Amino acid sequence: MTRIFRVATLAAVAVLGLSSCGGDDGGSGGDKTKLTVFAASSLTNTFGELEKAFEKDHPDVDVVISFDSSSTLATQITSGSPADVLVTADQASMQIIVDAGDNAATPQPFASNTMAVVTPPDNPAGITSVSNIDKGDFVVCDPSAPCGEVAAQILEKAGVTAKPVSYGEKVTAVLETVELGEADAGMVYITDAQGAGDQVHAIDIPDNLNVVTPYYIAAVKDSANADLATEWISLVESEAGQSVLEKAGFGAP
Amino acid sequence: MTSGGEASRGAPSQGRPPLALTVPAAVAVAFLALPVIGVLVKAPWSSLGDVLSSPDARTSLRLSLETTSITTVCCIVLGVPLAWLLARTSFRGRGVVRALVTLPLVMPPVVGGVALLLAFGRNGVVGKYLDSWFGITLPFTTPAVIVAQTFVALPFMVISVEGAFRASDVRYDAAAATLGASRWTTFRRVTMPLALPGIVSGAILSWARALGEFGATITFAGNFPGTTRTMPTQVYLALQSDPDAAIALSLALIVVSVAVLIALRERWLSGVAA
Repeated sequence: MTRIFRVATLAAVAVLGLSSCGGDDGGSGGDKTKLTVFAASSLTNTFGELEKAFEKDHPDVDVVISFDSSSTLATQITSGSPADVLVTADQASMQIIVDAGDNAATPQPFASNTMAVVTPPDNPAGITSVSNIDKGDFVVCDPSAPCGEVAAQILEKAGVTAKPVSYGEKVTAVLETVELGEADAGMVYITDAQGAGDQVHAIDIPDNLNVVTPYYIAAVKDSANADLATEWISLVESEAGQSVLEKAGFGAP
Repeated sequence: MTSGGEASRGAPSQGRPPLALTVPAAVAVAFLALPVIGVLVKAPWSSLGDVLSSPDARTSLRLSLETTSITTVCCIVLGVPLAWLLARTSFRGRGVVRALVTLPLVMPPVVGGVALLLAFGRNGVVGKYLDSWFGITLPFTTPAVIVAQTFVALPFMVISVEGAFRASDVRYDAAAATLGASRWTTFRRVTMPLALPGIVSGAILSWARALGEFGATITFAGNFPGTTRTMPTQVYLALQSDPDAAIALSLALIVVSVAVLIALRERWLSGVAA
């Protein structure tokens, strides 16, 4: 019996040892301080640009950005993922961490986005507007992601009752499907359409059918880098940050 | 394979097992058990029934069970002959074929999904002709789920069965041949029955891999309820909006896989051993 106990103790010590060495793994890149930003996947290009600017101003800081669906990121934070800043493409996902008391300050709106229809460059199904998106096989985001909820609202307003052939788990998955030519059309944010350039043919959705999505940013409570988190938020809200966002097609908050 | 066999294997006592082996082994057990315990502890037991009886959950569970069954059959039909070829013949390029077999094991499933799109997608190198000649488009269909699952599960079948073919004595095959059996008859009546345990375990491994398959499926087959949304996708999506539901679904997936593995073990492995 004592032997079992001893083995169990050793095992417990070893597990603790393993988990602590796992925690250190993230600290690559020398002695740099790591600022972890969780951001909606529609911000991939703009935040990549802001990351470079921030690291130029803070040579001792390594900005690590995790891009995913806003709701996934929010759930990860409430489950204890160590993030310093959360940036969501809707209000509801931000509310998840507010409800859990995981935000350091009131989340601030800093930009907005609208949706567009994208088709492969040659537009094989001859789609001309969101109202006839069902002329071909189309894809939208899954309703569990913010972009899916918005797409569903727009389709309803446009009177489209046909179902998509597939639901992308996040907006970049929808864009990728259209870029590969596997679907005739997809609904993505106008910034994704613009970012994809020649890879897709973009069709505007008129204002009366479109939905404006507000983007929110907040520092995460118990962040080890609260000052840096605040500076990141200032950068996003600064004139320089706003001009990067504006160039990519984002609207004012 | 029976408990008696295990007892006799453990019987010749050579002293206490060394700590250098028992401690890492205990860590391994804890490491494997803790995530399952996590699911059990955090499972929303009170709402479990509601989540699991929801139409979404039942639809995706049924789709998962149907597609993985067909995938397992595909793995047997394609994998056993390939394993035989690798084990019993020599041909040019065998090394390349063996490397190809292991490729899906090391390839991230999402990359596998993209690769499948580039091959069998609407604009893929093969898919283009499937579309223009036969009007068949795979992506976003249930057959695409099976294709994705077979792609990732086939290596388990081939490797397991090839090992079984190699382990069984070639002299039985030779004896059958001297008695006038053709190579096909020898395969059917001698080689395959001898390798049956390997085929069964290969089938179980392939099935388990297919059941858990997510990355290649969502990339190549997509995600639509009833057609392509399998259990792992359902879990992933539930995590975006309703983490409790995701835990409940994970629990269901664990229970189903354990139940099937136990059932198969009793039904098949004991029969094979006896």
